[in-house]
Amino acid sequence: MEGMINHPLKKYFRGDINYTTCSGCGNGIISQAILWAIDGLGIDFNQFAFVSGIGCSGWIPSPSYNTDILHVTHGRSIAFATGLKLAIPRMKVLISVGDGDTAAIGGNHFIHACRRNIDLTVICVNNQIYGMTGGQVAPSTPYHSKTTTTPYGSIERPFDLSQVAISAGATMVARWTTFHARQLRKSIAKAILHPGFSFIEIISQCPVQYGKVIGKRNNAVDMLLEYKKNSIDFNKAKELPKDELENKILVGEFIENRDVPELTQEVKRLRKEAMHQCQK
Amino acid sequence: MKNNSKICTADFIQGNIACAEGAIMAGCKFFAGYPITPASEIAHHLSKRMLEVEGTFIQTEDEISAIANIIGASWGGVKSMTATSGPGISLMLENIGLAVVTETPCVIINVQRGAPSTGSPSIHLQGDILQSKYGSQGDYQIIALAPASPQEMFDFTIEAFNLSEQYRTPVFVLSDSLIGHMRERVEFPHQTDLCLMKRKVLKHYQGIHQKIFLDEEVAPMPIFGEGLRANITGSTHKEDGFRNVSSPEILDNLIKKLSNKIFNHRKQIIRIEENDLDDAEVVIISYGLTSRAVLESVRIARKEGMKVGSFRPITLWPFPEEAIEDLSKQVRTIIVCENNLGQFYTFVKAAACENCQVRFLPPKILGTLYHPEEILSEVKEVI
Repeated sequence: MEGMINHPLKKYFRGDINYTTCSGCGNGIISQAILWAIDGLGIDFNQFAFVSGIGCSGWIPSPSYNTDILHVTHGRSIAFATGLKLAIPRMKVLISVGDGDTAAIGGNHFIHACRRNIDLTVICVNNQIYGMTGGQVAPSTPYHSKTTTTPYGSIERPFDLSQVAISAGATMVARWTTFHARQLRKSIAKAILHPGFSFIEIISQCPVQYGKVIGKRNNAVDMLLEYKKNSIDFNKAKELPKDELENKILVGEFIENRDVPELTQEVKRLRKEAMHQCQK
Repeated sequence: MKNNSKICTADFIQGNIACAEGAIMAGCKFFAGYPITPASEIAHHLSKRMLEVEGTFIQTEDEISAIANIIGASWGGVKSMTATSGPGISLMLENIGLAVVTETPCVIINVQRGAPSTGSPSIHLQGDILQSKYGSQGDYQIIALAPASPQEMFDFTIEAFNLSEQYRTPVFVLSDSLIGHMRERVEFPHQTDLCLMKRKVLKHYQGIHQKIFLDEEVAPMPIFGEGLRANITGSTHKEDGFRNVSSPEILDNLIKKLSNKIFNHRKQIIRIEENDLDDAEVVIISYGLTSRAVLESVRIARKEGMKVGSFRPITLWPFPEEAIEDLSKQVRTIIVCENNLGQFYTFVKAAACENCQVRFLPPKILGTLYHPEEILSEVKEVI
């Protein structure tokens, strides 16, 4: 059509697909942040593979992105991605997962990938709830929340996923909310280039299921404004008294450590040693 | 292994080591596994050998991760394998279903042990026969080979890779703790004498709706990293990989095409070892380690003038239904010997369609070897 211009990110899409996210979902903001980051880096999109878990977050790359996509079982995407990365270390492997994938069913794979420092980038969409299955409590849901499986309020304390990643040995960890689209894009670009395991946690709105829990049903804008109001740079937070930090979301790039050996490089080194010993 | 290969070297080794060497010879470049008795020696050996052949070895955090790793590696274009025992298979089953549905070639070694549950790690049992066929949810076909010796652990591991590459599907090797730990002479063929199958791969990107799945003659596999824009999902999908979870027609198409891919080629896949069947009135069906006791019993029975033969499926799945039906029309009695409560027996009885008598004879104590006398006295009862 005359006068029509294409979205600058359209070239990254497979096309011919119906999108399934609810209106107001944070997935769109995150998807743009990923693609703008890749666009800015100028790396051929064919060099990227995306591995998806099960849940709304899996639909960010799958099947929409026009490159290699592996959409697997719930919680296991990091394990599939580990095999893929070890088989083709030259590929940039990104994993799009939710808080359930990461902290509940896939918790074991998550901490071990951190420990191994394998060069993968995990984009963790933390909407603090099980969205797709109908608003059940997640390991990331705040204490006392009323969800479809905690009608009297949740009695378990949530994980701080970024802190779990740091403790388990991840070498690049950042957290933003969907309000911080620009910072998010920059951190994702950094994570893609980071030679080790990078974990990007994004607190993202689910106006349908989590909106219901906090009295903001179907109100994405209010949820984003809430993120703006409640977010605080983690460095600034260090100087604040504890009571001022209640209900705050600490954001920023927590760590970036390039001195830790990366797994695929370690495998390469071992192969050389093994072949050397074999020839003796 | 029908490779017409000349022997290159021979060694006196354990079944598990023979299996690991078979994987190396088949060109496997990726092993992922979690320690478990009685399969660990496979990992021990490959942790060294894999690196010597420029491959990758990873000890994963659990068996769920091990199977996920080998599926991921297979999409990266390398032949991959894991080895475990029953408890590990139980953990792997969800992702084995994913391997079936995404048509991912890979090899799964199950060195069976006493079960259910934690069971008895060092007792040999043929307890996971139905698990390999029906363990993951839904209808699907699987290929499973049952070795009876260290030599066959070597040979069948190579064959498992060949079948897996040819049909783009996971393949089981169903060994057990006794074969895994047994030491016997194993002959290795010369690498150049081996016939190794290679998967059919997609060579060029053919557009958004390129056909990469659900061809009964096996669709080409789009290996990652080649610009082929693979669209792979464990959800119900069409030939182009696009998901559709609302149409029963698309689900029906997926289930039937996937199943037919194996089922329609069963004549090429199924391998059977037959002995003394020509004039046999009684035939003993057995597989794996059990078949060795049966062979000995048949030898003794023949010496004593009894018309007894043996029938040993090397491939347990797909089930050799036609061959057993034909057999049931020729003989008076079939005796099924297996080290469990009759997992294969049920299938044999159904295939025999009441054409002949079908009897089940487990070892006197499950988890022990048969004494030929046990089998012979059963034979004498029916002959």
